[in-house]
Amino acid sequence: MPDATGLELIAAELREAEGLGEEAVRDTLFFRERATLEIDPAHIRATLEHLRGKGYTFMASLHGVDYYPQEPRLGVLYELLDMERVDRITVKLRVHSDAPALDSVTPAWPTANHQEREVYDLFGVNFKGHPDLRRILMPEDYEGHPQRRDFPIGGEPVIFTYNEPAR
Amino acid sequence: MSATATEANEELLTLNMGPHHPATHGVLRLLVTLQGEVVRDIKPIVGYVHTGIEKTAEDKSYWKVIPVVERMDYLAYYFNAMSFCGAVETLLEEQVPPRAQYLRVIHMELNRIMSHLVWLGTSALDLGAISMFWYCFRERELILDLFEMSSGQRMHTRYFQVGGVIEDIPQGFARKLREFTKLMPKRADQYGDLLNRNEIVLQRLRGTCPLDAQKLLSFGVTGPLLRAAGNPWDLRKAAPYCSYGDFDFKIPVGTVGDNYDRFAVRLAEIYESVKIIEQALEGLPEGPYITANRKVALPPRHELATSMEALIHHFKLVTEGFRVPPGEIYYPIESPRGELGCFVRSDGSAKPARVHMRDPSFVNLQAFSSMAEGSYIADLIATLAMLDPILGGIDR
Amino acid sequence: MATGGVGVEIKREPVDPQTLRVTQLKASQLLRGAAVQGPTVPAHLEGGDLERHVEERVLTTTLDRAVAWARSNSFFPATFGLACCAIEMMSIVAARVDVARFGFEAFRASPRQADLLILSGRVSIKMAPIVRRIYDQMLEPKWAISMGACCSSMGVFNNYALVPADKFMPIDVHVPGCPPRPEALMHGILKLRSMVQDDPELGWRERYEAVGTEEVLPGA
Repeated sequence: MPDATGLELIAAELREAEGLGEEAVRDTLFFRERATLEIDPAHIRATLEHLRGKGYTFMASLHGVDYYPQEPRLGVLYELLDMERVDRITVKLRVHSDAPALDSVTPAWPTANHQEREVYDLFGVNFKGHPDLRRILMPEDYEGHPQRRDFPIGGEPVIFTYNEPAR
Repeated sequence: MSATATEANEELLTLNMGPHHPATHGVLRLLVTLQGEVVRDIKPIVGYVHTGIEKTAEDKSYWKVIPVVERMDYLAYYFNAMSFCGAVETLLEEQVPPRAQYLRVIHMELNRIMSHLVWLGTSALDLGAISMFWYCFRERELILDLFEMSSGQRMHTRYFQVGGVIEDIPQGFARKLREFTKLMPKRADQYGDLLNRNEIVLQRLRGTCPLDAQKLLSFGVTGPLLRAAGNPWDLRKAAPYCSYGDFDFKIPVGTVGDNYDRFAVRLAEIYESVKIIEQALEGLPEGPYITANRKVALPPRHELATSMEALIHHFKLVTEGFRVPPGEIYYPIESPRGELGCFVRSDGSAKPARVHMRDPSFVNLQAFSSMAEGSYIADLIATLAMLDPILGGIDR
Repeated sequence: MATGGVGVEIKREPVDPQTLRVTQLKASQLLRGAAVQGPTVPAHLEGGDLERHVEERVLTTTLDRAVAWARSNSFFPATFGLACCAIEMMSIVAARVDVARFGFEAFRASPRQADLLILSGRVSIKMAPIVRRIYDQMLEPKWAISMGACCSSMGVFNNYALVPADKFMPIDVHVPGCPPRPEALMHGILKLRSMVQDDPELGWRERYEAVGTEEVLPGA
């Protein structure tokens, strides 16, 4: 992992990089020896390209989190890995649930294909520029985004003979 | 279907394989676009065994999540539990005693061998070498006997707990394990002999569906598939966790990245896992098998009769569970299929706020289309077998 | 009185033909499982009609039993593995708990050729219509075993994504466990075998007064 100072250096570089500016990096977090960069959702592609240039060439995971009830509610996390130096860094961003749109990073990182579809399916985040954005785990015509925290967990009572529904 | 020219062999046919299919290793649905018998495109459709494990995990206290999460990648249940327990232990800043770490390593490597045996048996079944199924499952029964000795269950054992393992190994486990480690390399030799000189297996696997390491990395593929293409990336060596750094073992690496290399890498990994188990058994340290922190781990039952604090701890742990300080963590480990990562977000309460498993099969499946493009249907079946997808992990 | 060679006494007694007929009728009634006293033979039949009536009953009963015996000893399970239980189902095919001892090793991939559907694993809402279609494609007589806790009840996961198998198809035997040991699954299959062999009237068909299931095509 980049240590705390290394993380601040990366954040400073990102802020100074072209096209990104001061608002690009919202926060840095160094927690349990792991580095997290919280960025502005509009700059996700540029941030990931910058980090790829720094050596983080492998995207290990792309997943979503629901920070209900805090807004902006829907978070998307990108886990990047530098295989040469065995370094990991997390890039985090949050979008509002009213307008959950985000640039897709699939054209540059093919591994994000199924994983962005999963975030769309379970959280409802729209990835602009994704080649094939449709539901992957739920049936195609399912309504609702199950992994959101205000979606009920569901479930059925167990059917025995005494509570069997009338035929 | 689209006819692009007047010749019949220019027509593309879309064939639906699955989800109920004898050779798709679970409920995987493939939309295969064929030109004659040559595969032009594959679209995998998944979700047929989606169980909402991540949603169920948010509803349960941390130690109750372990059995739920174990049932995800159902051939690598110790690895699922390990990545979750590792994530929670990192959040809690809890130290796992060395005996527990070695016991975890022993069980994980036994699970790795078992997963590779099931893979070998079912893949050989797909290729037509049907007898392999019975030989591999014979060894698998020996491993499951060991699991039953240590935890009482054959599969989904909930043996790993946050802070260590739930119970120490019983008397006779070490002896039986030693017998197994003496036997397994000989059996693996037999499997190699049976398949490596079989002309049909060689013809079907050699040179079929290769994919270079660069493309695999862009698809996010890790594990034996990446190692078969020449990249020796293994988290047990690169970023050792759970005292893997104490053991001396090699990483089998292939050269070309075709189906035969994938098969050979997994077969060689069985020998390396046996070596790790032997070393762990020889060097098994004495000591506690779970952390002594009563706020996280249940106190031993004999204390409940004498100590009031033990009783209170037991009560709190069983009814509410332990609280984890707020934070987010991603904990990756090396499962038989690649990098298995667990993302846990805790909000300070006794239940996790988000549990996400980065499953290797889910990500590896994206490379399947590129691998099988331009080959025949028979090669598609062989490639799918060598890909080793586990639908429970893909669909969660 | 004559004595046989092994020291058995053989008695010969003349029997009145009328008494003999009554004994025959009683035996056929016993074979059919009805009480001896019950008037199950229509009273108006006489002579040749009566004989044919009895003959039919005896043969049918024996044929039924023979067919039930053959069916129950040669289930063709369909290869239908969904999740973790599928691995334990593969274990019963393996050598330790050998399902071939009983004659059930012929797992057919096509549902048209199978008569036993072992639902092994969790049935998600995306998979449920497909399971139902596979079950409908099987030909009568067919049976279904729900293996494991997830398809019998909701199992470990009681949430939005799963359906218990009883909700959309009739199940003959539920095998509990998570996953059930191969021996437990074998016990369940043998229970089904004894059900088919000894008393085919047990089970859901008798309860719902049904002969089989109806396939409802999507869009209909």
